[in-house]
Amino acid sequence: VKVISLEGALILDPKDTVATATVTLDAGKEIGYVVGGQERKITIIQDIPAGHKFALQDMHPGDNLYKYGEIIGKAFVEIRSGEHVHVHNVESLRGRGDLS
Amino acid sequence: MDKIKGYKRADGKIGIRNHMLVIPSVICAAHVAESIARNVPGAVFIANQYGCGQMGKDFEQTFRTLAGIGRNPNVGAVLVVGLGCELLRPEKLAHEIAESKKPVEMITIQNEGGTSAAIKKGTAIVERLTETLRLLHDESCPVSELILGLECGGSDSTSGLASNPAVGYATDLLIKAGGSAILTETPEMIGAEHILAKRAVNASVAEKLLSVVNAFEQKVFDEGCDIRGTQPCPGNMAGGITTIEEKSLGCAFKAGTNTIQDVIMYGEPVRAQGLTIMDAPGHDVQSMIGMLASGAQVVVFTTGRGNPCGTPIAPVVKVTGNRETYLNMKENTDVYVGDLIHSGSTLEDEGRKVYDTILRVCNGELTASEKFGHREFGIWRIATTI
Repeated sequence: VKVISLEGALILDPKDTVATATVTLDAGKEIGYVVGGQERKITIIQDIPAGHKFALQDMHPGDNLYKYGEIIGKAFVEIRSGEHVHVHNVESLRGRGDLS
Repeated sequence: MDKIKGYKRADGKIGIRNHMLVIPSVICAAHVAESIARNVPGAVFIANQYGCGQMGKDFEQTFRTLAGIGRNPNVGAVLVVGLGCELLRPEKLAHEIAESKKPVEMITIQNEGGTSAAIKKGTAIVERLTETLRLLHDESCPVSELILGLECGGSDSTSGLASNPAVGYATDLLIKAGGSAILTETPEMIGAEHILAKRAVNASVAEKLLSVVNAFEQKVFDEGCDIRGTQPCPGNMAGGITTIEEKSLGCAFKAGTNTIQDVIMYGEPVRAQGLTIMDAPGHDVQSMIGMLASGAQVVVFTTGRGNPCGTPIAPVVKVTGNRETYLNMKENTDVYVGDLIHSGSTLEDEGRKVYDTILRVCNGELTASEKFGHREFGIWRIATTI
């Protein structure tokens, strides 16, 4: 019920800072959507494989990422709006025995 | 209320399959047990690798699991095959299974005088027991007798978008009809436990849930490992899942929206009607076997990457929301729910599709894994072999 459908992608909660591509999205694609009554537009800046995520806003190292309205990890490098979001720029906050 | 065809067992429980099961109480008896089962059409065996060199809670867990698999209502009769000298006493296992009032017999290889004599004697017993099972007829039973095991394996981002929510809808339908379900794979609750704990029936169940999740995360800390690579695994990551938190949030949808009534140990019998959490690893085969030992008669298994696994005694209904996987591994898939992502169908449509398939399978329709003879078996070990 909270899911926002985009052309070729889904945002699973209005709080989310990432969207999930449901088909492969090509760099340069512009997608318009409405969240909380506000019209927004996102430009995909990297090819996004189907099922993978892209950033809905710029993020800085240490910023938490939200999907399903919940924290799914944090950025460890700068992430630009429309960029592919995955293991190369986001890390788990949990199960990190390597840090303890 | 929805009815299913089932086998009414002497202890009042309802089985949806009618298996003749051969259980080796120790790995040394596995070949003899397998040979006996191969000699009699319809008989199945479990590839137990343990039963000796174990101690404490780990030994108790292996015993509890084997006994629970034997007591499962999908099993109509049991032959326990022992070596004779093992820690896990075959006569004690047979006795524990016989508490479910089904026919149980036991032989040991040392007592029979070797492999060939044990196979001969065991085959004769299994032929006789199989004959008694053939005389049983399935009858109309309330769906409220069902315990549904919830599993996911080879998850990808479609799991959290389609297959797990669709299965969650089906789980809610079953519980509304008076049935029960088990959610497990404790490490795949890391990052979602705060949401699940809010659904606990009381503070003590919430606390127990948080404590089993914390215990798993502590094991990762104790190993000094980064959970990534194990959870999520390489296939999960290739499929778009980045972190364990993201995976867990998607996994939890399988359990629908119901109240969590209880938290049980691995293979411990289900006590509550409704939704129960069982403590188990994310290893698909080990967690499915634990749920069957706890009493589940049917498993629903969501996958994104594709998975062929079954179990020795219960059907596994495979559900995927990934269109490419569905086309690539159609023969291993029972339900496709990807229209939820691609064609704008509703959660209700796809959830009902899953629920209806579960009922058809309970009524005898074979699942993909049953047709292929997939009968994977594994027990969760929690201590070293000694």
